[in-house]
Amino acid sequence: MRVMAQMSMVMNIDKCIGCHTCSVTCKQAWTNRTGVEYVWFNNVETKPGVGYPREYEDQEKWGGGWVRTKRGRLKLRSGGRIQKLASIFYNPKLPEIEDYYEPWTYDYDMLLNAPAGEHTPVARPKSLLTGDDMKIGWSANWDDDLGGSTETVQNDPILKHMSDHVAMEFEQSFMFYLPRICEHCLNPSCVASCPSGAMYKRSEDGIVLVDQDQCRGWRMCVSGCPYKKVYFNHKTGKAEKCTLCYPRLEVGLPTVCSETCVGRLRYLGLVLYDADRVLEAASVEDEKDLLEAQRNIILDPHDPAVIEAARAEDIPEDWIEAAQSSPIYKLINEYRVALPLHPEYRTMPMVWYIPPLSPVVDVVASSGNDGEDVRNLFAAIDQLRIPMEYLAGLFSAGDLGPVTESLQKLAAMRSYMRGINLDEGRDESIAEAVGMTGTEMEAMYRLLAIAKYEERYVIPQAHSEQARELDELACSLDYDGGPGMGGAGPFGLSSGHGPEPVAVENFHVLKDRQTADRPSTPGRMNLLNWDGNGRPTGMFPPDKQKDES
Amino acid sequence: MNALDFVLWIALPYAGMAVFIVGHIWRYRYDKFGWTSRSSEVYETRLLRLGSPMFHFGILMVLAGHVVGLLIPREWLYFIGIDEHMYHWGATVLGTAAAAMLVAGLAILIFRRRTNGPVFLATTVMDKIMYVFLSLTIVIGTAATVAHQIIGGGYNYRETISPWVRSILLFQPDPALMIDAPLLFQLHALSATLLFILWPFTRLVHVFSAPVGYLFRPYIVYRSRDEHRGSRSVRRGWEGSNLPEKTPGQKRF
Ligand code: HEM
Ligand code: SF4
Ligand code: SF4
Repeated sequence: MRVMAQMSMVMNIDKCIGCHTCSVTCKQAWTNRTGVEYVWFNNVETKPGVGYPREYEDQEKWGGGWVRTKRGRLKLRSGGRIQKLASIFYNPKLPEIEDYYEPWTYDYDMLLNAPAGEHTPVARPKSLLTGDDMKIGWSANWDDDLGGSTETVQNDPILKHMSDHVAMEFEQSFMFYLPRICEHCLNPSCVASCPSGAMYKRSEDGIVLVDQDQCRGWRMCVSGCPYKKVYFNHKTGKAEKCTLCYPRLEVGLPTVCSETCVGRLRYLGLVLYDADRVLEAASVEDEKDLLEAQRNIILDPHDPAVIEAARAEDIPEDWIEAAQSSPIYKLINEYRVALPLHPEYRTMPMVWYIPPLSPVVDVVASSGNDGEDVRNLFAAIDQLRIPMEYLAGLFSAGDLGPVTESLQKLAAMRSYMRGINLDEGRDESIAEAVGMTGTEMEAMYRLLAIAKYEERYVIPQAHSEQARELDELACSLDYDGGPGMGGAGPFGLSSGHGPEPVAVENFHVLKDRQTADRPSTPGRMNLLNWDGNGRPTGMFPPDKQKDES
Repeated sequence: MNALDFVLWIALPYAGMAVFIVGHIWRYRYDKFGWTSRSSEVYETRLLRLGSPMFHFGILMVLAGHVVGLLIPREWLYFIGIDEHMYHWGATVLGTAAAAMLVAGLAILIFRRRTNGPVFLATTVMDKIMYVFLSLTIVIGTAATVAHQIIGGGYNYRETISPWVRSILLFQPDPALMIDAPLLFQLHALSATLLFILWPFTRLVHVFSAPVGYLFRPYIVYRSRDEHRGSRSVRRGWEGSNLPEKTPGQKRF
C-alpha cells in the first residue's frame, strides 16, 4: 500500500441552477487573456446536449482516455508512444477552434465614437482570430437550457449510444446542468500523452499541472484528455488547464468556482488512495466494475492501517486529519451517493457528481402525485428508463445499479426529512429501505443541504516548512501570457520576459489592460480588471482644471 | 584565395557556428517559455495535415542525407561496401524523392501561412524572415541537385564540399576546397549558414526538443511541488527569507 493524498471535488447536480457564475469567475481569474479567449477551465453544459467542445464525449472520434487491450493492459486510445511521435507533425485527433467556438468581441468603439447620424450605431461582432466581422453561430453553451437543441441534441454521444428514437421524448421530460472542470485524474491520460514530460501530477495533492517552461506545444495532451480539459493557448503555443486554483488551495482557500458557486453545491476535500493499485483498478475488464474498483482504492482515512501507511509516506498529520473530516470520502464511500463522470474512460477521475433527483421529482409532481412520497419516487426511479439510462451513461458506464442506488438514497432522504419537518416522526423504515440508519440519513442531509463553508471545503494548508516558498514571489503561473498574465515579447506573444514578482507584474498587466483594451477606446480602463487599489488612469475623465492650468 | 573567400568560407561559417551555439544557450536561458513549435493546428487542419508531415518527413530525410554525404568520409562508406556508384545512385534517387516531398510540403505550408486568416495573423516577423531563408536554402539546394546531379553529369561534392564542411568542424579550415564548387552549391552553403545564424531566434529551436525521451519514461509523471519551484530562478533581490543553514560547531539560540 502506497498512500497518496488527492484533492478532490464533489458536485451536487440537483442544486445547480445553471447560472454560469462559476465559469465566469473562473474565466476572470484564469483565462481572460489573448490566446485563451475560447477556453473555459470551468464550463457548465446542459444535458442532454453536445457539450463543450462539441461532442467531446465521442471517443471514437477524439481518441481520449485509455482502452484495455485483450491482454489486459492499458493503452492510450489514440495510440502508443511510437504512434504518438509518428503523428506529431500533424495530430489527427486535435479539435479545431471551431469545435470549441470562434472567439469574438464587439466593436464597442462604434457605439462610443460613431458620428451623429440618422441610424443608431451598432456594435458588430468581430472575430478575435481574424479581426473580421463574423456571424456568431456557436459558443461554449450555445445549447444552454436545450435552446435550439432540436438541431443538435441528437448528436449528444450518450444519446446516440442509447436507442435513436429516445431523443425527442427525452427532451420533453428531462434536463439538468453539468458543471465541469478538470478531473485531476488518478490515472491521467493527458500526462501520459505529453511527449515532453511537461505535464505532471503533484505528488502532495494530486493536482495535474502543465509546466509552462517545459511544454513544447506538441499538443498531444489536448487529444489525450477524454474530457477535453487541456486547452491549447494559440498565442503562446503552450497547453493550459485547470489548476484546481492551487495557489488558493495552498493557503487554505477553496477554488474560485467553489467559492463563488451560487448553489453552494461544490465540496472540496482530500482523499487518501492507494497509488499502487491505481493501474490495477483502471484495468479491470468490465467497464461496469470501474466505479467499484475506484471506490476500493480510495482508502478509509479512519482505518489505523491506512493512517500508519500514510505516516510512512510522510503525509503530515494535519493532512490526515483533513482527509478524515473530508466531505468527499463520506459522499463517495460512506453514503455512496457521489459518482464519477465517465468512469469508462479509465482515467480514474476525481471530480465526482451526485446525480440529479429533481427531474424524477418533477415527473411525479407533474403527474399530480406527491413528489415527496418515497413510494412514488421509488416507482418513478424504476419506471423512468430513459433518464436513468442517460444518467448511467454519464456516471457509471451504463450500469443502472449505482445511479439507482444514489437516487433512491436522495429520494429516501427527501421523504425522511419531510417526516421530521412536518412533525410526523422519524420513519426508520424509509432509511432502512436504502440500507441506511436514520442518524446517517440526517447526517447526509446536513452535509447536502445545510453544510457550512468549513464543512463543504476542508482544505489543509500547504505545509508550513514549505509555506515560506508560497510567498507571492515564486508562483509558477506568473509568466507573461502564461496562466498568470499577458503581454508581448520578441519571439511572439508572451515570451522572453525574465522572472518578475507577481505583484509587480500584476501592476504592469493591469496597467496595460486598463489602457490598451482595444478595440475599446484607448485611455479608458476596464473596471472588471480593477483590483480596487489606487486610482488608475482612465478611471475618471481627465481633470479639466489641471489641463487648463 | 582572396579576402572574400576568406570571409565566405572561414569567417562566416565560424561566426555562424558561434551564433548558433551561443544563441541557443542564451535563448534557452532567457526564454524557455517561448521555446515551442507554436503549432497553428487549432486554426486550420486541412492543409496542415498534408503540408506538415510532407515537409517534416522530407526535411528529416534530407538532413539524414546531409549527414551521410557531408560528415561521413567516403572511405568509410567504401569500407562498409557502399561504392561510388551505389552512393551516387542512392543519393540522387532518395534525395530527389525527399526534396520533392519537402518542396511540396514547404509550398503548402507557406501557402497556408499566407492565405489562412488566423494563421497569417499568428505569423511573427521572425517567422517570415525564417521562412525566407529556409525556402532559399531548400530551393537553391534542390536546384543544385537538379542542375548538376540529374540534368548535368553529376558533380562529386564529396571531393570538395564535404571535406570543406569537415575541415570547418574540425577547426582546420580549408577554404580552397570551396572556391571551385559550382555557384549553386556555393549559394546553398551560404544561405544555409545564414539560416543557422537565424535559427536560435526563430521557432526552429523546436527541433532541439524532439521528444525522444517519451519512448523511455513512465507514462504518469509525478513531481513534488518543491522540486518544481526551481524551473525559474528567483531574481536577485527577490529571494525569500530563509533561515540560514546551520553550520557545524555553530550554536543557534
Ligand atoms: C525533429 C523533430 C521535429 C519535430 C518533432 C517537429 C515538430 C513540429 C511541430 C509539432 C510543428 C507544429 C505544426 C503545427 O502547426 O501544428 C512544427 C512546425 C514547423 N517545423 Fe518542425 N519539427 C521537427 C523538425 C523540424 C525541422 C528539422 C525543421 C526545419 C529545419 C522544422 C521546421 C518547422 C517549421 C518551419 C514549422 C512551421 C510550420 C508552419 O508554417 O506552421 N521542423 N514542427
Ligand atoms: S480530466 Fe484533467 S487530469 Fe484527467 S485526463 Fe483530462 S486534463 Fe488530465
Ligand atoms: S455557480 Fe454553481 S449553481 Fe451556478 S452554474 Fe456554477 S455550479 Fe451551477
